[in-house]
Amino acid sequence: MEPLLSIKDLHVTFQTHAGNVNAVRGVDLSVGKGETLAIVGESGSGKSVTSKAIMGLLPKQNASIDQGEIWFEDRNLLSLKSKEMQKVRGSEIAVIFQDPMTALNPTMKVGKQVIESAVKHRKLGKQEANKLALELFELVGIPNPEARLNQYPHQFSGGMRQRVVIAMALACNPKLLIADEPTTALDVTIQAQILDLLKSIQKKTGTSIIFITHDLGVVANIADSVAVMYAGKIVEKGTVEEIFHQPTHPYNWGLLQSMPNLDTKGKLYSIPGSPPDLMNPPKGDAFASRNEFALAIDYEKQPPMFQITKTHSAASWLLHPQAPKIEFIKQINKDLSEHKPNYNKTENKQTLLEVKNLKKHFKLQSKQTLKAVDGINLEIKKGETLGLVGESGCGKSTAGRTLMGLYESTSGEVVYNKVSLNQANKKNFTQKIQMIFQDPYASLDPRKKVEDIIAEGIDIHQLTKSYNERKEKVKELLETVGLQSEHASRYPHEFSGGQRQRIGIARALAVEPELIIADEPISALDVSIQAQVVNLLMKLQKERDLTFLFIAHDLSMVKYISDRIGVMYLGGMVELAEADELYKQPMHPYTQALLSAIPIPDPVVEKSRERVILQGGLPSPITPPTGCRFRTRCSLATEECEVVPKWREVEEGHWVACHYA
Amino acid sequence: MKKFILVRLVNIVITLFIIATATFFLMKMLPGSPFDEEKLVDLTDEARMEFYARYGLDEPLYVQYLKYMGNLVQGDLGLSYYYKDQPVNSLIMGRIGPSALLGFQAVVLGLSIGIILGMIAAFRHNTIWDYFTMIVAVLGVSIPNFVLAAILQFYVGLQWGLFPVAYWESYESSILPTISLAVTVIALIARFTRNEMLEVLQQDYITTAHAKGLGDLTVLIKHAIRNALIPVITILGPVFVSLLTGSLVIENIFGIPGIGSLFVDSIKMNDYTTIMGLTLFYSSFFILTVLVVDILYGIIDPRIRVHGKG
Repeated sequence: MEPLLSIKDLHVTFQTHAGNVNAVRGVDLSVGKGETLAIVGESGSGKSVTSKAIMGLLPKQNASIDQGEIWFEDRNLLSLKSKEMQKVRGSEIAVIFQDPMTALNPTMKVGKQVIESAVKHRKLGKQEANKLALELFELVGIPNPEARLNQYPHQFSGGMRQRVVIAMALACNPKLLIADEPTTALDVTIQAQILDLLKSIQKKTGTSIIFITHDLGVVANIADSVAVMYAGKIVEKGTVEEIFHQPTHPYNWGLLQSMPNLDTKGKLYSIPGSPPDLMNPPKGDAFASRNEFALAIDYEKQPPMFQITKTHSAASWLLHPQAPKIEFIKQINKDLSEHKPNYNKTENKQTLLEVKNLKKHFKLQSKQTLKAVDGINLEIKKGETLGLVGESGCGKSTAGRTLMGLYESTSGEVVYNKVSLNQANKKNFTQKIQMIFQDPYASLDPRKKVEDIIAEGIDIHQLTKSYNERKEKVKELLETVGLQSEHASRYPHEFSGGQRQRIGIARALAVEPELIIADEPISALDVSIQAQVVNLLMKLQKERDLTFLFIAHDLSMVKYISDRIGVMYLGGMVELAEADELYKQPMHPYTQALLSAIPIPDPVVEKSRERVILQGGLPSPITPPTGCRFRTRCSLATEECEVVPKWREVEEGHWVACHYA
Repeated sequence: MKKFILVRLVNIVITLFIIATATFFLMKMLPGSPFDEEKLVDLTDEARMEFYARYGLDEPLYVQYLKYMGNLVQGDLGLSYYYKDQPVNSLIMGRIGPSALLGFQAVVLGLSIGIILGMIAAFRHNTIWDYFTMIVAVLGVSIPNFVLAAILQFYVGLQWGLFPVAYWESYESSILPTISLAVTVIALIARFTRNEMLEVLQQDYITTAHAKGLGDLTVLIKHAIRNALIPVITILGPVFVSLLTGSLVIENIFGIPGIGSLFVDSIKMNDYTTIMGLTLFYSSFFILTVLVVDILYGIIDPRIRVHGKG
C-alpha cells in the first residue's frame, strides 16, 4: 500500500521545571491510503504527543522536536513554514479530540464551528457553507439538522457533541483523520454508534484514519493495522490479526492478557510494576524491568526492530536468532488453568444487605425532580461480589451512595444484617460499610500524609489504643495492598494513579469493614494497572471474607470480578442474575444491547459479529418515559410497554423487568 | 427572563427598604445634630419647638420614620438641614454631573486599557510584557488613589503645567481626577483578564480551532476573546464600588463639586437627610449595576441563558 503519511525517527522532548521529558523517542510509522492505523498505549506512552506532532500542535513554549521527519504525500511537514502548515491543518489532516464536552467553543453556534475550516480553506460563501453544514450533519447522523445548526454545544448530549466534532473534522474532506481517543469519554452504547459512524464515513470518503486509544477492544473493532507504543517508542507493529493472534513483544502479551474477555476465570494476568520515568529513560529496553522474560542484554542495549513478516515487526531482543524461544500463549493458558475458580460460592449464603424499593430523588433548583434512583430492589449476600452496571447517568453511583447512607434516601428501606439503616443509626454502620472511589487523584486529601489518610477511620472509631499500635496497623495495611511501609510518611502527590488507588483501598480496609462499595475503582487507571488492582481486590476478598458492591461501566471487567450482576437503566433495575447466566442469556433488551456494544479484543470475533446498536441517547431522568423506561429505545416496544413492567423472578435467581422476557 | 428580572426587582425594593430603615435609626442614634446646639439653647422654648417643627423633629421617632418612608416612596428625600432648606433631590441632581462624567470616563479608560494590558500579558505569557503588566497591576491596586492624585497634581499639574490642578472649570479639569480613579480599575481588570485569557488559551476548543488551520489571530478573535471576557463582566460590580468610594476622596482632593464631595461635607455637617439621601442613591445605583451585570451575563453567555430561569 502506498503510504499517505510516514514518520521517520521522531523525537519529541518537553522542557519542564523538573527537567527534560523525552516523551517520544524515535517513532517510525506509516499509514496507507484508506487505511486505519491504531496507535495503542497507556497514558504517557507518547501516542497523543505523536499525533500532535503530525498536526504541528505541540505547545511552542515547552515542546521541541529534536529529530525526525514527518512525510505527508510529498512534503515533510516538519519543514513547512507555519503559514503552509495552516493550509494542511483542517483541510488535508483533521483531528477528532477525546473529550467532546470541551472540544467545542461554548459560546459559538455549532453550525458555525463545523464549517469554519471549510470557509477558511475552501473559501466557501455563506450559502454554500450552510449547505455543507447541513450535509455534514446528515452524514454524521444528527437528527433535525436545520434547527440543530443554530444551537450551542451545551444543548447537545455527549454522543451528539462527538458527532458534531466529527462533522467538523470532515468539513474539508481530509485525506487523513486523526482520532485521539474519540470514544473514551463516551458510554459503550454510544461508543458503538460512533465507531460504526467512523467506519461508514471511511467507506464513503476513503479517508485514512489514525486511531489513538488504550482500549484493545476498540482496536480490534476498527483497525487494519496496529502500532503498540510503550515509553515513547513503538514496540510492535503489524496488521490487527498479527498483533492480536501472534503477539510478539512481551508488553503486548501483557496488555492482551490483562484485559479479561468474557470467559476469563481465575487470576487475571497483570504486568508487574509501572512505566518508567521518561525524564531519565532507562539505558536498555524501557520495558525490561517489568518483563519477566527479560534477557541480560535488555538492560544494556535498546533492541532494534526485528522484521517478522512483511507487515509485522517488533522491538524485542527475544526475536534475536540467538535468544531463547518463549511460547507465550501456552504459558498463559497453563497459568490460567491452574487457578480453578470456586464456583457457586454465593449459594446458601446469608443475606448481608437488602435493599427494598429504594428511591433517591433530588430536588432541582428549577423545582423539577431528578429521579436518580427510582425504586430498586436487590440483596447482597455475605462474601459475594455484586456488580452494578449501566451507562453514565443511570443512577448506579447514587444507588451505591444512598445505600451506605451518604445520601438520605427519599423512600425505601436498606436492611443491613437484619437492622434497618436510617439517618439516626447510620453512624453504627460507617465502620461496617466502606467505599473506594473512582478518581484516585481527587479522593485523597493532598495535604495529609498517607499514614493519616489511612488511619483517619481508625482514629474516628478509636480502634487502636496507642500511637505505636496505630503505626503498626498502617504499616500492615500498606503491605497488604502492596505498598511499602516507608510510604506512610509521604504525601499523595508522590504516588502514581495505581498506587493512589491502593492507598484508597488501604483506607477502606483500615476499619475492617464487612462490605465495600467500589465506585468505578479502576476506570481511571491504565489497562496494565487495572489488572493489578482487580487482582488485589479479589485477593483481599478471599483473605478477609469481604463483600463487594462493584459499580462499573466496563462490562468485561464486571463480568470477570462479579458473582452476580445487576443492570440499571435510568434509575431503575432492569435485570439481575448470576454473572454467567446474565452474559449467556440476557433477557432484557437493554442488557442484550449493552453486551453487544462491548468491543471484544479479538479482531476476528469483533469484525464478524452482528451488533444490536441502540439508537439515540439516554432520556433525561427528570422526565423519564412513562411505563417501561426503556421503551423509547427498545426494538420490542409495543403498547403494552406503557404499563410499568413488574420486577419478577423469571428463573431462579434471574430477575428482570420486561414484559417480553 | 422576565420572571427573573421581576423577582430581582422585588428583591431590590426589599433591600433598599432595609437600608433606608437601618440608616434612619443609625442616624438618630448618632450624637450631635445638624444645628448649632449652643444657639438653640438661647432660643425661647416656643421658638425652639417651632424650629424643630419646621423639620418635623418635634414628633415621636416612629412618626418621623413613617413620614420619612412615606415621602421616600414618592421619591422625595426630604429637605437638607444644612443647605438652607434645599430639597436633597435637587442637591443631588445639581451635583451629579461632574461625578457622572468622572465615573463614566474612568470606567471607559479603565476597561479599555485594563483589557488590552491583560490580553497582552496573556499572549506574551512569561515574557517582559507579562511581568511589566503585572507590576503595573500590583502597583495600581496597592497605591492609594489619594497618593496618586497628589503625585499627579504635583508633577503633571504644577511642575509640567499640562492640566489644571483642581476645581471644575473646563473639560481639562476632569483629566487628572479621571486618571486617579481609573488606575485601580485598570489594575483590577488587567489582572483578571490575564488570568481568564490564560485559562481559555489552554482549553481544548482552542486547540481544536488551531487544528482547523485557522491563523493565530483568527483563533484569538473568534474563539478566545469572547470566552475570556465573559467572566470579566462579573467583576464590573466590585469595580463600580471601588469607583464610588474612590470618588469620595478624589472629588475632595481636586475640589470638584460632585456628589462625592457633597457626601463628605454632609457627614461633616451632620446633615442627616442628605446623608440618608446619598446613601440610598449610592445603594440603588450599585444594586442596579449588579442587576444589569447579571442580565448582560445571561445575554452574552448562551449557557446561562438557558439555565438562568430561576
